[in-house]
Amino acid sequence: MRRAPRDTEATSRSVTRRALFMGGCMAAMVGALGARMRFIGVEQADEFRLLAEENRVSIRLIPPARGLIQDRNGKLIAGNEQNYRVVITRENAGKTDDEVKEVLNRLSHIIPMTAEDIADAMKELNPKVNSAFVPITVAERLDWDDFSKVAINAPALPGVTPEAGLSRLYPRDFDFAHIVGYVGPVSEKDLQDLRDKQQETGENIDPLLMIPKFQIGKIGVEKWMEDTLRGTAGTKRIEVNHVGRVMRELDRQEGLKGKDLRLTIDADVQNFVQARLGEESAACVVMDVNNGDIIAAVSSPSFDPNLFVRGISSADYSALTEHDHRPLANKVVQGAYPPGSTFKMVTALAALEAGVIDENTVVRCPGHIEMGGIRFNCWKRGGHGPVNLKRGLSESCDVFFYDIGQRVGIDKMAETGKKLGIGVRHDLPMSAISEGKMPNKAWKLERYKQEWVIGDTINASIGQGYVLATPLQLAVMASRIASGKQIAPRIIHSVNDIAVPIPAVEGLGLDGSKLRAVQMGMFEVMNGPHGTGRGSRIADDSMRMCGKSGTAQVRNFSDAEKRSGATKNENLPWKLRDHALFVGFAPAEAPRYAVSVVVEHGGGGSLVAGPIARDALLRALTGGMPPLTAYPADQRPRVENLLNTLQLRLPDGTQPAPSKV
Amino acid sequence: MSFLEYRLKLAPSGIAKVFYINWALILVLTAIAAIGWLMLYSIAGGDINEWALPQMKRFGAGLCLLMFVAFVPIWFWRSTSGAAYLLAMVLLLVVHFFGAVGMGAQRWIDLGFMRLQPSELMKVTLVMMLAAYYDWLDDKKISSPLWVLIPVVLILLPTYLVLKQPNLGTAVMLILAGAGVMFAAGVSLWYFGAVTALGGGGITAVIMSEGTPWQLLHDYQYKRIHTFLDPSADPLGTGYNIIQAKIALGSGGWAGKGFMQGTQSRLNFLPEKHTDFIFTTLGEEFGFIGAISLLALYTLVLVFCIIAAIQNKDRFSQLLIVGVAMNFFLYLAVNLAMVMGMAPVVGVPLPLLSYGGSATLVILLAFGLVQSAIVHRPR
Repeated sequence: MRRAPRDTEATSRSVTRRALFMGGCMAAMVGALGARMRFIGVEQADEFRLLAEENRVSIRLIPPARGLIQDRNGKLIAGNEQNYRVVITRENAGKTDDEVKEVLNRLSHIIPMTAEDIADAMKELNPKVNSAFVPITVAERLDWDDFSKVAINAPALPGVTPEAGLSRLYPRDFDFAHIVGYVGPVSEKDLQDLRDKQQETGENIDPLLMIPKFQIGKIGVEKWMEDTLRGTAGTKRIEVNHVGRVMRELDRQEGLKGKDLRLTIDADVQNFVQARLGEESAACVVMDVNNGDIIAAVSSPSFDPNLFVRGISSADYSALTEHDHRPLANKVVQGAYPPGSTFKMVTALAALEAGVIDENTVVRCPGHIEMGGIRFNCWKRGGHGPVNLKRGLSESCDVFFYDIGQRVGIDKMAETGKKLGIGVRHDLPMSAISEGKMPNKAWKLERYKQEWVIGDTINASIGQGYVLATPLQLAVMASRIASGKQIAPRIIHSVNDIAVPIPAVEGLGLDGSKLRAVQMGMFEVMNGPHGTGRGSRIADDSMRMCGKSGTAQVRNFSDAEKRSGATKNENLPWKLRDHALFVGFAPAEAPRYAVSVVVEHGGGGSLVAGPIARDALLRALTGGMPPLTAYPADQRPRVENLLNTLQLRLPDGTQPAPSKV
Repeated sequence: MSFLEYRLKLAPSGIAKVFYINWALILVLTAIAAIGWLMLYSIAGGDINEWALPQMKRFGAGLCLLMFVAFVPIWFWRSTSGAAYLLAMVLLLVVHFFGAVGMGAQRWIDLGFMRLQPSELMKVTLVMMLAAYYDWLDDKKISSPLWVLIPVVLILLPTYLVLKQPNLGTAVMLILAGAGVMFAAGVSLWYFGAVTALGGGGITAVIMSEGTPWQLLHDYQYKRIHTFLDPSADPLGTGYNIIQAKIALGSGGWAGKGFMQGTQSRLNFLPEKHTDFIFTTLGEEFGFIGAISLLALYTLVLVFCIIAAIQNKDRFSQLLIVGVAMNFFLYLAVNLAMVMGMAPVVGVPLPLLSYGGSATLVILLAFGLVQSAIVHRPR
């Protein structure tokens, strides 16, 4: 419209006022924006910088190589082998389940994969279970041919990558299954245990254990020395984009390889003993009497730990669990047996120590004693006549020990038994170590709410009744009797070639001459004219052994059964036969090795267990195959035959022994 | 005969107009655009062809347009205001009925060489229309209800069509820019007070209506509002954009991570980093210093405009400049507030920085009008 100049000036001034006001509002808003910029970019910068870094950088663990396990001479027991495997990442394999399945199907034509494997892989590849860019292992332990086939066919297999890693291998499979154990993937239970431990001690869980399928020790040395063997994870920092795809590696920090362990075991002796025990359900321990080094610890029958590393089939597993010889059990430390006559040294030492007898005390053996209306038989029906300590041990007269056992009483016997290592848990890196049982009056009262009766003492005096001992405890007992020192068994020789120090060994606090009397008795067992172990003596004068056999009943027989001859072992079902036991050491003059043998339901201790103990001792003492000259001349053809049939490993240890199960 | 026509012979003519153009303003606009090219080059990972070069060409074309518009006398633009407004309305109706659908919204007409967003064009033509209206209107009638209703209808018609596209950001800008011109023209403050009160009630109504059958906004618009109020509630879903944008801005710190060193943008954590969220890359790579410098340049543009509006005695020119300044301010204020988490995400580009043709051309066209007003102002 037309305006008068005065009006024009007025409206212009009005617009100017309002424009200035608007300019002021804009300035206020700009100021607010600037303040916000300052707040985000300056005040909160550190926080956001951290967030940006977290966005960008992802830390991946580099699993360290697990420490090796070697025998005392450096022979490999547990190592790591190249493991060719195939991994697949969901992100690259395809968008839909069908696409991913198609890739897996194609893969299954190239490498051995069952429909079940594919189903498992599909489960793991579900984006709800694992992130789409986490590699999932679909096949392991491929041979080189299959592995290269996957690599060649890579263009047709989106998301599939062949990878090389390490996995555990036990070249001496059967020999060390119980000692060394095996590794397996971390289970939910393992993690729960670790979390509980973390709650208690505040110790952090090693992030390595969170890696899917990371392998940790499950039993034996592998489990109990896990922290030493595992090593420390290395890390690599990688840059990832918004969907998590790896763009590049920023830097890497190598981890620390697990420490190598050297065991006190001699792999060759171990293998020899393993072969010597054959198909028996048995255990044998060979121990250095001076420092407690365990030279061999064999539980038979055994199994192949490699099966467990690779994921044992349910058929193989049930074959192991249903076997009546219990191959999975480590009988060396888990089997608790009535020690039978091998316990008589404890009774004898207790009586000598207590002063209730001396080495010349004579007991008349009429073949049995009556006590409270119950008849306790000597193994020799007709009786031994007058018996002193030496004869009591060498001919294993039960009545002698019934008598002195009653004189000394169970509590003193238990004290001596514990001193010698019976009923005491010996700490070794092994699973489910049994404490055995060394009963006394207080124990029975607490356990059974019953008074200890004299019959219990009589039974205990010959190692029956409540007394239980593991093969390891029996070996420790033999070592302690041989050395007079408080030898403790050990199995870890050195860690990363740094020897584990042996703690100073204290004396047993037993009178030397009394110990000597028991040792003399054990010498007579083997070498005396009427010794029960004479059949398994060592003829070589420089290596003569001391020992004591034992035959432990596993059930009571009625008199009628005894008269009918039904108690003869060969007539009984395997499960009811006596356990055969033997403890000993050699050489008699300067003891080096102690041995214990338990053959479950094997029959007579001197007949079955003694010869095994002798062979094991000779193998350890000579460092090679037992020389025939060490055997009594009349046994040599038989022994030679036996030794020749043993299925031993080749010197390099790689030749696997034939399956024992 | 208006005041302007009265002193017509004092206006520069011919090539002499070049000396009356506000070159400083053009320099600042070019500086802002240059920062944009730099950022687009960085975001493309050092590739000039992807975004930077097309954007430079558009700016060049826009600058030509600006010069052309600046040389045409301002009274010509005043007299064509009505036609321009009608043209923009027709185009809006065309997209409303035949437009291409992109990103969940019906926004542009494909012209072959560029995609025209009529809603961007409307931002300018609406301001022109209102300025012309108040230039024509008798001063005494400005605040009378009937004469207030007319501009309100002029604002709400395009706003309705834009809302239907749907494009909340542009709709808000149309209302605020239109209100700005009305305010500058001298409409009684009572109206603004009443509208503010009504608006408050309206917002309340919008929020209350969510989930009911007569819900006033789209679900995605509600989602954006919720995300704005609490981005951390859904960090991987709808809150992702805001969180990542703040991380990018904040992690730049004082001086930034350096040119082309922004991990947030380079690793794709940032959403729409070359369009609406381009400021976050600037903040990440050049830090607080870079961000505040850009803000200073924008402020300078606004200051030039306000000064030009005050110096001018022509009512149409004054209102036009104020309207353009208001528009420009709204662009940057809404965008910056959005990427810094002060406002909901509403799809408003950062003027002259964000990759995109329509907004750049329209802004330069608007500044062409401003220059024309400056050149042809009565002296």
